[in-house]
Amino acid sequence: MSYIIEGKTGDWEVVIGLEIHAQIISQSKLFSGAATAFGAGPNTQVSLVDAAMPGMLPVINEECVRQAVKTGLGLKAKINLHSVFERKNYFYADLPQGYQISQYAEPVVGEGTVVLDMPDGGSREIGIERLHMEQDAGKSMHDQDPKRTFVDLNRSGVALMEIVSKPDLRTPEEAGIYLRKVRSIVRYLGTCDGNMEEGSMRADVNVSVRKTGETELRTRTEIKNLNSVRFVMKAIEHEAQRQVQAYDNGEEVVQETRLYDSQKGETRSMRSKEFAHDYRYFPDPDLLPVELTEDEVEAIRASLPELPDETKQRLMDDFGLTPYDAGVLVAEKETVAFFEAVVEECGDPKLAANWVINQMPRELKRSGKSIENSPVSPQNFGKLLNFVLNDTVSTSAANTVIGIMYVDGDDPVAIIKDKGLEQITDSGEIEAAVDQVIAGNPDQVADFQGGNEKAIGWFVGQVMKSTGGKANPKMVNELLRTKLKG
Amino acid sequence: MSLDKNDVKKIAFLARIRVPEEALEPLAGELSNIIGWVEQLSEVETEGVAPMTSVADMTWPRRADTVSDGDCAADVLANATDPEIPSGDANVGGFYTVPKVVE
Repeated sequence: MSYIIEGKTGDWEVVIGLEIHAQIISQSKLFSGAATAFGAGPNTQVSLVDAAMPGMLPVINEECVRQAVKTGLGLKAKINLHSVFERKNYFYADLPQGYQISQYAEPVVGEGTVVLDMPDGGSREIGIERLHMEQDAGKSMHDQDPKRTFVDLNRSGVALMEIVSKPDLRTPEEAGIYLRKVRSIVRYLGTCDGNMEEGSMRADVNVSVRKTGETELRTRTEIKNLNSVRFVMKAIEHEAQRQVQAYDNGEEVVQETRLYDSQKGETRSMRSKEFAHDYRYFPDPDLLPVELTEDEVEAIRASLPELPDETKQRLMDDFGLTPYDAGVLVAEKETVAFFEAVVEECGDPKLAANWVINQMPRELKRSGKSIENSPVSPQNFGKLLNFVLNDTVSTSAANTVIGIMYVDGDDPVAIIKDKGLEQITDSGEIEAAVDQVIAGNPDQVADFQGGNEKAIGWFVGQVMKSTGGKANPKMVNELLRTKLKG
Repeated sequence: MSLDKNDVKKIAFLARIRVPEEALEPLAGELSNIIGWVEQLSEVETEGVAPMTSVADMTWPRRADTVSDGDCAADVLANATDPEIPSGDANVGGFYTVPKVVE
């Protein structure tokens, strides 16, 4: 998959790296005992530590460290037993300390790898540079008052993981697939809920372009704070185009931070702050280095759940699913859990995969529900598939039934009975319907008998229609062929 | 290492400390003296010695992941009066307020 931008002076390729900020799932903050729950009243989940009152000291939440290590293991990365919190100094209204406590020279997690499942069925390995822990800042609201900015410190001090990729991504699509994959991994691990709307996951994107064939990297820009996969992809497209145009016009690309304006579909420079990148990191004297033991790391490794790549492989090995189908099913852990429960009920993994991949999202969308609050249990879903498998209902009738299951209730037995959707397998009844259709359409009969074999499909459709979709299509087909040819 | 006037200007800006132009030169001299004094430490041979992070021989204190703090908005906002807000009440809707920052 190549993504080339044709400029006036030649062809350009795009080089992309992502920094993903993922909120660590924990009850309390990284350095204080205040709660982390989303949506509380302003400043109600703030301790004096989070508000940076003089003399308050941070104490490391050990669960947050464990979660970061767990994520590192999920990214097949090197775990650093010794890591150090440092201060990143800058001033902003929602950063009461005047510095963010982060990790810099010695992060808790080093190099790792993420495997991407590409749409063509192949795979791509993307390198992870590092993962470090840091505290979140508060939230500024600029639209509450004409002259004032309002600040809520509830997020201040919440633990984040920053997952930094190597500049291995080459297309906007790859960046999107990578972000989705990391999201999937942290959700399987239970280390981040991956909720991009609530801001528990967001990304900064580093973009540069270079002429095809060049091996050195050119100047990159950083687009901050993108909160959806779509925006990440769009922002990369726009920024790459902008850089190519700049080079084509004989201009230089300046290393700077930019913002993506989703309304206008463009990136623009943040008012460049002088010395903006001079953060003067130094080890935080209030915190001792984090020292882990091999035993602790091994205990965390032993607690790892099955991860998407492993689940995918298992679905392919055990159920004979295609890489594509298995990949679609494992993307969300809720989907794969539902799928496995359906298979348990109906015993036919291919049919189950087909329906869970196609019908389920369609019906969830139509009924405005999500898989977390699915109105249909996997058991009832599987029960319906059983009726398809044993010819109790036709596939088209089953499609009708599932529509009703997602809206009105979820027992397929009652719906089939209530709507009279049992498949007609009584040959006498089908024969009558077939005879009627043949008798009523002499022109089409002549057409078929004149050699147009494909016309059989039209006859099947007519019989199905006259039986309300309940006739067994296989029997209809056989009867039609016998009678038309006879 | 010694600092010149421009270094001092930059440091003062980063620290958001306003330093009058005429004070830059003298400050550069004073700060250079302090640095020179501390730099004597580099005369000690430290090759192969691990950096010491604390004088106390202790490992990082760990905190269990339980909610044990917060829920004290009134205390947190107690000093946050804002004369720009007409009511004189800084705790508008329970927020801190600051002069508008728009990026």
